[in-house]
Amino acid sequence: MKVIYVDNNATTRVAPEVVEEMRPYFGDLYGNPSSMHFFGGQVQGKVEEARERVAKLIGARPEEIIFTSCGTESDNTAIMSSLAANSDKGGVVTTRVEHPAVKNVVANLRRQGYRVIELPVDRDGNLSMEDVAKAITEDTVIVSVMWANNETGVLFPVEEIAALAKSRGVLFHTDAVQAVGKIPIDLAESQIDMLSLSGHKLHAPKGVGALYVRRGTRFAPFIIGGHQEKGRRGGTENVPYIVGLGKACELAYRDLEDQLQRVKGMRDRLEQGLLERIPNSIVNGDRDQRLPNTLNISFEYVEGESILLKLGDKGICASSGSACTSGSLEPSHVLRAMGVPFTAAHGSIRFSLSVYNTQEEIDYILEVTPPIIEGLREISPFWTGEMAKSCTAS
Amino acid sequence: MWVYTEKVKELFNNPKNVGEVVEPDGVGEVGSLSCGDALRLTFKLDAEGRIDEAKFQTFGCASAIASSSALTEMIVGKTLDEAETITNQDIVEYLGGLPDKKMHCSVMGQEALRSAIANYRGHKLAKEESEIVCECFGVTEKEIEEAILHNKLSTLEQVTDYTKAGGGCGSCHERIETILDRLLVQAGAEPQREPPTQTRLSNIQKMKRIEQTLEQEINPTLAKDGGSIELIDIVGDRVLVSLKGACATCAASGVTLKHYVENKLRELVTDTLVVEEITQ
Repeated sequence: MKVIYVDNNATTRVAPEVVEEMRPYFGDLYGNPSSMHFFGGQVQGKVEEARERVAKLIGARPEEIIFTSCGTESDNTAIMSSLAANSDKGGVVTTRVEHPAVKNVVANLRRQGYRVIELPVDRDGNLSMEDVAKAITEDTVIVSVMWANNETGVLFPVEEIAALAKSRGVLFHTDAVQAVGKIPIDLAESQIDMLSLSGHKLHAPKGVGALYVRRGTRFAPFIIGGHQEKGRRGGTENVPYIVGLGKACELAYRDLEDQLQRVKGMRDRLEQGLLERIPNSIVNGDRDQRLPNTLNISFEYVEGESILLKLGDKGICASSGSACTSGSLEPSHVLRAMGVPFTAAHGSIRFSLSVYNTQEEIDYILEVTPPIIEGLREISPFWTGEMAKSCTAS
Repeated sequence: MWVYTEKVKELFNNPKNVGEVVEPDGVGEVGSLSCGDALRLTFKLDAEGRIDEAKFQTFGCASAIASSSALTEMIVGKTLDEAETITNQDIVEYLGGLPDKKMHCSVMGQEALRSAIANYRGHKLAKEESEIVCECFGVTEKEIEEAILHNKLSTLEQVTDYTKAGGGCGSCHERIETILDRLLVQAGAEPQREPPTQTRLSNIQKMKRIEQTLEQEINPTLAKDGGSIELIDIVGDRVLVSLKGACATCAASGVTLKHYVENKLRELVTDTLVVEEITQ
């Protein structure tokens, strides 16, 4: 069975070019970049090249990039570092729809006595700038707002929020794990102080990430150890993965136009096609302010896990905000924060595309999905004949 | 990813007895849309009082659909007294096992069956006199106790797997632990098994009535002032709504919610409902 992978916000295929670039660093080139001899030196050169490639993708300077083990470590580092470097204050402002890498960090901080404000979002998943302005006080140390939501793809106006934070003398961090490589980012032109990114969301392997820290930002390391990364992150560098991340960022820079044109075109066609073919389906999240690759769509009165399993039988890999898929019993905190009615939240499916997807794959998804939803609705006690009738009538 | 048995996969992909029996003798409904799974069971008896036909409609995951299908297959040909002895463990066995986190799907099957039998016997309105422990999923102390006793549960996590209780906000964890401790202490003695009674007002009925009341009674009245109200979620007895139109900006909307909307819902649905506004 052919695999149609449309779950790229979960993780991505490692690009073949990335694998090739990494290969020597598992073999002959095993030196330690910190060593004084030539053998380590040649590896250090490659790490620095990777740093330049990452910096270029996001419009930063190489010295502003710290390599980490993952997006979660980058998020933890940014928030904990800001609090350590500003110990006289204790306020954190974030949103209700953050990834657990931020959400659970601030929940933990709240238990320790920090004052955490989680901003609400509206039905389209958007923040109100007025709310942001009100939330920032004398006590606030850091504002941490994700750039793109992993579930809905909704983009927050982080550059605008960063400027507002700066004007109040408050640090700004963004979890841009979903945004990097999918939309243009130019940190030189922004007031963003810290930005997290993750390798495996942009065709590098799992287990490597980076944190951008603007030059001049007060910083306290999260992992304390040797002098690696200019003393900002202890631990011997994960050389092959850093090299892989560098290559992936180079490819993402090259492919950005393809993301914005072809990938977005495929996403839009998928969205339009599903809405036309399946009655009582709803797109979750602002359709304009959104990543080019993400579609979160709810099929009312059916449950997400059932849909995923049936899609899986057809080779299609997607994901769901349904409670049943997580084992947590609660549907997605993002959809709940948006006030998506329960008739829709449990039946939400996320399709997230990449540059490796093709138009033929979109055709195939459009062909096999409608009968799956129809079949499950026939079993559902909430789907009545009247609904079906009113749908065909409209 | 969940690992399901071949039997679960088979019944999920080709469920038996889907639909509704015409002129059923018994109807059982459990679960709700807000909980993420719901099951409606209908059956018809033959001249000798055996279940002649049983059908189901299920909203839920693969294990919920498979459990429902299994249940209908298991009860056909049985008398009600025989069918009544079927437990969630029997359903699990029939399916060749379920993942721990999905045990509540089999419990839902057992509950639907009891509810349908009670409905046939006219016990429909015998409301369970048991306090709700888990507000998020509306699970009563009695239901938790039964799940613990029937399935020999010993941890909080297991109770959540079987009943969903404690799977939401987590504020009832301590109470569940207390119930567990009490029953574990008593474990030496033979657990008392009272005849099953119909639990609470069916969630599906409750949900439908709330929706109806909002649509037919409340919204037409609010519309006169240019406002409206939208149902977001039902969590136990909490009705979560969002205000639209003129209501959204009206300073008196809080009063309207409590004095008009809540009273109306209590009058027409059930008197334990609490209306809360979700601010957006």
